[in-house]
Amino acid sequence: MKTEFRFVAFGGQGMILAGVIFGEGAINDGKNAVQSQSYGPESRGGAARAEVIIADEAIDYPMVLEADYLVALSQPGYDKHAAEIKQGATVIIDEDLVTAENNPRAGAFIRLPFTKTADALGQRIVTNLVMLGSVCAIADIIKKDALLEAVKSNVPSKFLELNVTAFNQGYELGRQARQ
Amino acid sequence: MLDNMSDHEYRKFAARHIPARLFAAEDFARVRRALGRKVLFAQGDIAVAYGALLAGCRFFAGYPITPATETAEIMSRLLPRIGGSYIQMEDEIASIGAVIGASWSGAKAMTATSGPGFSLMQENIGYAAMTETPCVIVDVQRSGPSTGQPTEGAQGDIMQAKWGSHGDYELIALSPSTVQECLNLTIEAFNLAETYRVPVIVLTDGLIGHMREKIVLPEYDDINFVSRKTTAKAAAAYRPYDNDGTNIPEMANFGTGYRVYITGLTHKESGYPSTDSQADHHRLVLRLCNKIRDNVGKIGKVQRDYQNGSGDRTVGIISYGVTSRSVFQAVKELRQRGFAVDHLRIITNWPFPEAEVAELVSRCRRTVIPELNLGQMYHLVREVSSGANDLVPLWKTGGELHTPQEIIEGVTG
Repeated sequence: MKTEFRFVAFGGQGMILAGVIFGEGAINDGKNAVQSQSYGPESRGGAARAEVIIADEAIDYPMVLEADYLVALSQPGYDKHAAEIKQGATVIIDEDLVTAENNPRAGAFIRLPFTKTADALGQRIVTNLVMLGSVCAIADIIKKDALLEAVKSNVPSKFLELNVTAFNQGYELGRQARQ
Repeated sequence: MLDNMSDHEYRKFAARHIPARLFAAEDFARVRRALGRKVLFAQGDIAVAYGALLAGCRFFAGYPITPATETAEIMSRLLPRIGGSYIQMEDEIASIGAVIGASWSGAKAMTATSGPGFSLMQENIGYAAMTETPCVIVDVQRSGPSTGQPTEGAQGDIMQAKWGSHGDYELIALSPSTVQECLNLTIEAFNLAETYRVPVIVLTDGLIGHMREKIVLPEYDDINFVSRKTTAKAAAAYRPYDNDGTNIPEMANFGTGYRVYITGLTHKESGYPSTDSQADHHRLVLRLCNKIRDNVGKIGKVQRDYQNGSGDRTVGIISYGVTSRSVFQAVKELRQRGFAVDHLRIITNWPFPEAEVAELVSRCRRTVIPELNLGQMYHLVREVSSGANDLVPLWKTGGELHTPQEIIEGVTG
């Protein structure tokens, strides 16, 4: 069983870090994972894309062609990759950053307030953790504890509490969306 | 005793006693502790650095360049903690120069770069070959020529790795296909460099360098540590380039009491220049080449995935590096559909495994050669296959890996 995730955003929104945490969480959970990324030479502002493949078996081809999950936090990112999803895939967008009608290939189309939730915590920088929490709950293929362990090893300890709070709020959003 | 030393104390100890003393289990344990958990989710660039440190590398000089920067970053952070040295140089020419000097002082030494830096290093790579300096150069290939696409992967430096410097020489180049192999083959690269006294190139690429996968760190007993053959001769009897019959001279590290003259000029066994003797030059260059050419069987590594039998219907695929990942998947899908495919993955690009390639090509009705360039290894395959069979180069540039479907079309097309 192989599940392919694509996270798209602008550079600086923390998508690549989110992909790293997601992949490490899968490893913590005893699965195989490959994380790859694509970004331009600029450190923020350009298109940024993280891809994660999670599988029980060894992963040969390490890139995502058609995603099972497309998570979009930028309009250009969504527009570019909207068609590159499997039939019946789950699409998750930040409702304040991406304007989109229901994707014809999507089995589920979920709009969530990632940025708004992070803003309510006073730190827009944790938008990626809100998103990660939601994806964890919606996809439900990595145990929450395994993912939280990866959060701990990848964010500065000074901001751990904030990040965990953001993750948990995102998780709750995702759990509700799933129902 | 070593366990109780602070990083600072150990650093002073290591400067005095390493490399004269072996990289022992307790030194390894110190490295292993610095690297942390046994199972990691790490990038290819990080795995390369970890492999180097676990192999006993104590010196890194480099100039950061995308997509190789992470290796320098890790080395700068960890080397000072384990008794080694990191120097950020003014450019790549100086970097390889410092690595060569460090190697002669006895350290296992490495640098890491990408295309533009690799181009700058070529003259000194020739110097390392001529002076028989063990060293490891990691080239995280990106799209070229020139500055090209800094964040994208490519396989455009395969030929440069062998032919980048002028004159006749041989070296060794290895291509990992997974992040775990980045670690394993970097250890292997040090062992080969030390065994044959040559520069060894680890050819990764921007895709695998930045890709994260699960890696498992080896323990001391899992690794075969090789150090250069040093001399036990009396100082007066030692000549730096005497051939003891193996074509690989005994080395005397600087500061160990021997008179060692090192030059990029053609030299005699004494090490002193000999610039107008045809015989001296021919003897030297032939030995430089033969120490590798005579050991192709020992050095060369390939991975064969052959089905055996199936006769004249079989299609061959020859791949190396990250491109092999697409081939693995394509081969599975092709076999499910009933196609006979044999896959040869080349791990040692140089010296080129001619015999294995010739064997595969000779019995396949066609052979597909996917590469992230406009056909480089294709030339080598053509050279050993007498032009008799259908050779299909699958070219791709611009930073994207072949999709499995593209490989499949190359085979069925």
